[in-house]
Amino acid sequence: MDILITGLLLGGTYALIAMGLNLQYGVARIMNLANGEMLVAGGFAAFWMYTGGQISPFLTIFLLAPLTFALNWLIYKIMLQPLVKRAKTRGQLETDSILATFGLSFVMVGLMLMVFGGDYFNYSYLARPIVIAGDTFALNRVASFLGAVVICGALYIWLNRSRPGLSIRAIAVAPESARLVGINVGHLAALAFALGGAVTAVGGALLSTYLTLDASTGVIFTLKALIIVIMGGVGDVRGTIVAALLLGVVETLVATLLDPGLTLAAAYTLFILILLFRPQGLFGKKPT
Amino acid sequence: MTGTDIRNLCLSALALGICALLPLSGSGYWLSIGVTIVMFTALATSWALFSGPTHYISLATAAFFGVGTYVTGLGFETLPFWSLVGIAAVLGAVLAALVGLATLRLSGVYFVIFTLGLAELVRQVITWVQNRSGQKGLYVLTDISEADIYWMLLALAGAVFLAGWLIGRSRLGFALRIIGDDETVAVHSGINTALSKVLLFMVPGSVAAMTGAILAPRYVYIEPSLAFAPMLSFQVVIMALLGGAGRLWGPLVGVIPFTLLWESISSSFPQQTTLLLGVAFLVIVYLLPRGFVGLLDQIRQRAAPKDPEAQA
Amino acid sequence: MKRRTALKFAAALALTTSLATGAVSAETIKIGAAAPKTGPLAGGAAVSQWPNVQLWAAQVNERGGINVGGTMMPVEVIEYDDQTNPGETIKAIQRLATQDEVNFIVSPYGTGLVVAAAPIFARYGYPLIAVSAITDQQPALSKQFPDMFFTLGTTSALAEDTVKILTDMRDGGQLGNKIAMVNVADAFGIELAEVARGKFKEAGFEIVYDSSYPLGTQDLSPVMKGAKAAAPDAFVAWSYPPDTFALTEQAIIEDLQVQAFYTAVATPFPGYGARFGAAANGVMGPGGVNVDDPKFQEYAAAHETITGAKPDFWASATTYASLQILEQSIEAVGLDRKAVADHLRSGTFDTVLGPISFDENNNNQAFWTVGQWQDGVFKGVASRGREGAVPVILKDGWQ
Repeated sequence: MDILITGLLLGGTYALIAMGLNLQYGVARIMNLANGEMLVAGGFAAFWMYTGGQISPFLTIFLLAPLTFALNWLIYKIMLQPLVKRAKTRGQLETDSILATFGLSFVMVGLMLMVFGGDYFNYSYLARPIVIAGDTFALNRVASFLGAVVICGALYIWLNRSRPGLSIRAIAVAPESARLVGINVGHLAALAFALGGAVTAVGGALLSTYLTLDASTGVIFTLKALIIVIMGGVGDVRGTIVAALLLGVVETLVATLLDPGLTLAAAYTLFILILLFRPQGLFGKKPT
Repeated sequence: MTGTDIRNLCLSALALGICALLPLSGSGYWLSIGVTIVMFTALATSWALFSGPTHYISLATAAFFGVGTYVTGLGFETLPFWSLVGIAAVLGAVLAALVGLATLRLSGVYFVIFTLGLAELVRQVITWVQNRSGQKGLYVLTDISEADIYWMLLALAGAVFLAGWLIGRSRLGFALRIIGDDETVAVHSGINTALSKVLLFMVPGSVAAMTGAILAPRYVYIEPSLAFAPMLSFQVVIMALLGGAGRLWGPLVGVIPFTLLWESISSSFPQQTTLLLGVAFLVIVYLLPRGFVGLLDQIRQRAAPKDPEAQA
Repeated sequence: MKRRTALKFAAALALTTSLATGAVSAETIKIGAAAPKTGPLAGGAAVSQWPNVQLWAAQVNERGGINVGGTMMPVEVIEYDDQTNPGETIKAIQRLATQDEVNFIVSPYGTGLVVAAAPIFARYGYPLIAVSAITDQQPALSKQFPDMFFTLGTTSALAEDTVKILTDMRDGGQLGNKIAMVNVADAFGIELAEVARGKFKEAGFEIVYDSSYPLGTQDLSPVMKGAKAAAPDAFVAWSYPPDTFALTEQAIIEDLQVQAFYTAVATPFPGYGARFGAAANGVMGPGGVNVDDPKFQEYAAAHETITGAKPDFWASATTYASLQILEQSIEAVGLDRKAVADHLRSGTFDTVLGPISFDENNNNQAFWTVGQWQDGVFKGVASRGREGAVPVILKDGWQ
């Protein structure tokens, strides 16, 4: 039970890391290598607001979300749309977006270095024990797990109930057909990219309550997010959630019962096994 | 073998010979840049040998490279250095074959992320074993100089080019071109696509492992976080793509300007190195959509509009 | 063929850049520094390395410079970011030695990067006063690189003295016999855990929990829960910065009741004390300083005034001391690098840490090994040949 809850809490962390990228890659077809930097930037904002003005990270996110949404929308319109327009094939867009967002990640690391310096940053927020089912857990992890539940839930409902949400899902499944039924693919791709960026930044703000970050740590989160998204199946919110939770539980199981030294090895083994036996990911549609 | 072939071979040998003179110039600075260039040339060219025709983007370079450095780190006291490079080559090829057999049916982005995960997995396993065996830090203290390393890497790069040229002329190369154009057609013409791809994937695996083995004495101290740094995989991809993965010499024209650009930014703007590298990257991506090969083709096309080769 | 033209182009490029940066008066002493500003080690270098280079240069120039044979020569620092990549470190040191033609080069940061740079220092005859390179390989390294010096101590000394502190506590009846030990699975953590494991057994301790975790683990609660379940009397972690913070936070949340709690790198950072406040009281870590020494207090005050941040209680002062050593050598024998290296071997230097001299293995014999947070400062509690160690206190809960 203890293992399960710890694992689910870690899974919530992973969901926050990967959810934004899933939207960006699944719908906008941008494999965003600067995803981790956006997360660290969100963490920086929360840190800054908390140490400077004693403003709770859970309030900061309401300011952060619209700001990063606008920022990512601009990034998409200015930087990535030209690539989408010029790409003749899916493969070429993939290559171009890898190159461009790799450059973008460097730019963002450089900017954060200039603004905040290279020092580690962390702060103490809700670092209190909370007892669930007889075991103790960190309140900040539980709180950010609840944050993850709310974000993922809202996204899921929005994608399945609202008109733009359904159109976005249509694009994720079949971009060509979506265009035929009158969906404005370009506009919605920008929307999905911006939304993904905002989700990632909000996730970063929540994670910063218990993780120690610095300007250069983004790449760690990018790698993890890529693996979770691919494991779950591109363009499917459920897949990412399931993959994130599965990863959290497996890592905790291995750490508790086997050896904490093997947690990441176990995570990658799981990833590789899933890809070998279900190449399209847990919830992905078989490519036609 | 035609006359042009012989001429090209001679010219290449001559170029290689001239490059081999670099350490004699006595400038350690240019030698260290030379090592970087030759190292990335070997890595990016071998990478493009596989990825150019198959369009698979592999991020496994760091895995093979790290395995190579560990071969040297563990064995340099007991075995002669040349044999370590050989062992690394074999290990790299075997690992690549295993990975290839398991994964080449994955397509596109799945393969990309898989290879990334592989590099991390290998690193985690090696770290764990090192931890379990209580291995102290690996210090590779040898008499091998930077010039030796340069010459070895240069020989390796030369071998990669030769291999690439031979593959291009062989049945395998022909098969791969067909696979790259249309895999379904390839299957229908009786080509064993899986085998061809696995065979070819062993080339970058083996080359990256050898590069790691050769460079280990330069790093002196081997630890997993440096040997398996994922940045290396990305750098190789970026350089090869900037050059143009479709031609044998494509990565070379990516590596050289890229290394020099990297160097001049590092030296001129030490406070904003990362920021400006990123900006430079973006500029290149937007201004040179088809890499340096594309740029050169464009120039050639303008210079000689009737040259049929340039239009291909 | 193409490479030759590219080289020409590059040479022209290098020429313009060197013209741009090379316009300095002949009266300055050029000091090169290459260390991480980005990459995995950037966070640590931003605390321990870069501010001290900045502080030292500012102070020297405020004094009018370094006295070289009667002339006061100011220093000019040339900095490069090595991106925590040994290949870049090698290139940057090469560049400093041959393109910028600096007079001296400050040691890089982090064992792997320092050692990777050592052959270049040796080739161009630059003395290397290493700080953040903790290793037991000093005899072998100083044999291969005769002008390489070590200041921060050895792996064994760090581990041995930690074990010794705990042994003394146990023999004094303050501590039970059960140890929980974890380490980060990277070269540094593996080495230290290996030495400590042997020493703990030798001292008759029972290691009830012994485990490692990978670099970059995002949740250490299973580790802390496992350690707690083993009911240890002392907890020792050979950890890196992000995990040092995470382990301490988990210990607080799990309310781990131990009489001694030790975490490694970053424990002596001022950020650690600021982060955990009163809960940090009694936490031990590597390093420490004599905080009552007026010299250290003066240094700490200047550090805060000039760089805007507090120094850490371990590598910061040692980094600064390494620059003082260099300065005093230059004042003694001038700018000749061979003479400076010889002087380093024979001289005794008056630094912010007290006197420093090097033994036959080029090793500084006097260094702090264990410190402890006591009332908001990280005080040295064990050292090799340093004055001013304070008695160790028991870890008394997390309130």
